[in-house]
Amino acid sequence: MIRMKKSLPGTIFDVLKYVVLTLAAVIAVTPVVVCVFTAFKTEDEYAHGSVLELPKSFLYLGNFKEAITKANMLRCFLNTFIVLVVVLVCSVFISAMLAYVLNRFRFPGRGLIENLFLFASLLPGIAMQVTIYQIMYSLGLINHLYGYMIVLMGTDIISIYLFLQFFENLPVSLDESATMDGCTYFGVFFKILFPLLKPAIMTTVVLKGVSVYNEYYASNLYLQRPELRTISTALYAFTGPYGSKYNYICAGVLITIVPLLVFFLLFQKQVYSGMAAGAVKG
Amino acid sequence: MNKQTDSAPSSFKQWILKRDVQRVLIIVTFMAVPLLLLLLFTYIPFVKMIQFSFYNMKYIGERRFVGLANYRRVFQNKDLFGSLLVSLYYMGGGVVQLALALLFASLFVFKVKGESVFKAAMFFPYLICGIAIGFIFKFFYFHGYVLDTILQMFGMKLENLPLWLQDTKINNIALAATSVWRYTGQNVILFLGAMMSVDSDLYEAAALDGCNRWQQFRYIILPSIKSIIVLNIILCVSGCLSAFEPPYVITNGSFGTATYFVQMNSVAHETQKVGLASAMAIVLLALIILCTVGQKLFFKYVFNNGTEDESAKAVKAKKKAKRLQRKGATA
Repeated sequence: MIRMKKSLPGTIFDVLKYVVLTLAAVIAVTPVVVCVFTAFKTEDEYAHGSVLELPKSFLYLGNFKEAITKANMLRCFLNTFIVLVVVLVCSVFISAMLAYVLNRFRFPGRGLIENLFLFASLLPGIAMQVTIYQIMYSLGLINHLYGYMIVLMGTDIISIYLFLQFFENLPVSLDESATMDGCTYFGVFFKILFPLLKPAIMTTVVLKGVSVYNEYYASNLYLQRPELRTISTALYAFTGPYGSKYNYICAGVLITIVPLLVFFLLFQKQVYSGMAAGAVKG
Repeated sequence: MNKQTDSAPSSFKQWILKRDVQRVLIIVTFMAVPLLLLLLFTYIPFVKMIQFSFYNMKYIGERRFVGLANYRRVFQNKDLFGSLLVSLYYMGGGVVQLALALLFASLFVFKVKGESVFKAAMFFPYLICGIAIGFIFKFFYFHGYVLDTILQMFGMKLENLPLWLQDTKINNIALAATSVWRYTGQNVILFLGAMMSVDSDLYEAAALDGCNRWQQFRYIILPSIKSIIVLNIILCVSGCLSAFEPPYVITNGSFGTATYFVQMNSVAHETQKVGLASAMAIVLLALIILCTVGQKLFFKYVFNNGTEDESAKAVKAKKKAKRLQRKGATA
């Protein structure tokens, strides 16, 4: 990295650098940290103290208990978990298989199909839900977890791009030598190429995993029965009578965030590189 | 694509192992599911959206053909088309976000102790679920709660502070700020990725030649991310036109915070005017496509001429940016 002799402007720059970064980091975490404080406060502390005060003890878990039972969060976690696993596995296979065919075979209509997928990424998702809702309704897919999973798989363009890009960098000679040895095309894909797709699979799982975990719009639209709620929409249980009981709400918020935080801390590198590779603006 | 090239295949197994048969088989089987999904969730809805936009209809019940009446309403109704103006706040936010991200990313290029902690703190908001963000900021902006308490620490009087989410003078700014809070860290990571693709030797050489930090920024960092910045600015426009999340989850569009999509959402799902909502969607789609075409042309004419100060790295970053641009459009 850069080493310079410590001159006066250099020192000032260094000090400023840390001040700016610290300020930014503090601003970034403040809204969440205040939530953490509030989640551990008893009814009494919440009602009378300042919001910025630390709770008396970080062992008071009453709010969490209340949040978990009120919003039926365990059930919501289970729903989210099922959706996550099924959607991730299916998405990886669907996109990898499609990318394989589009990248390795030349056939009439190939260009058209690739462009159809390209154009699809232009259509704003939320606008499309107006008519997708109508289709889901006529197919009887509303209020079923599998219906929701199908929607999430069906509107997945990013992972297809990731795999298409990845295939471009896999040498065709791999396929050729395998076919020479008598491997079928299916064999080439499943035995030779699929194991090599690991990095692309990782990226897809990270990106898609975070977006599925956080998806709330379609979930709210297609899973209206409370027992079908996913963890992202579980918090809706707190609108209404709980309107301003932020000690419970903050506890609920934290419960939804913690799994992500753990995941993020464990896979920081992969998350960053996944973001760079898949750069999707919220 | 004649599957039956053999008049009499000696056995099914032999037939299935033939290369051209296999080729057709794999193309058909591997593409069937994604194509079906694409049709079902992209193109059929798309065609239906165009069709519905000419009707007065609900999700169920009868439909009445009304010609262009829905489109006329989109442009004439101040609440609907006027809500595009709310997007200006988000564009303002987008500019702030870009500038901040650029600043932070540039600082990270120079050696920073505890870099990963700073980066993680800034980036994490991006990973939080939209609904949770909604609650976090309802709490944050609630009168007398977090933000007000912080401002009181700096000597402001509670009674002089506005109601952040209800006061129409300030609420859109407050909402746009949440968007800045959420996405700045992610932008930092993107910019940093582009900046780091520059050889670190370059910085060292520049430092040896006596370049100060501003010069390093101006002549090394900036060119390396020029295209990703331009891309972000253009993406910001289409992203802001379709701004949805902050008002949807925090204020539910009340007190004049409803953006175009929030209006569309309530037209579609609360009042169930599906025809009108479809027309709104088509109008916005047309705007977004205009932006995208503009952005494509911009890239073609501004960057493809390969100006002489564009290094090989910049070209590489450009290619990357182009990829991002394709995918970023899903936003």
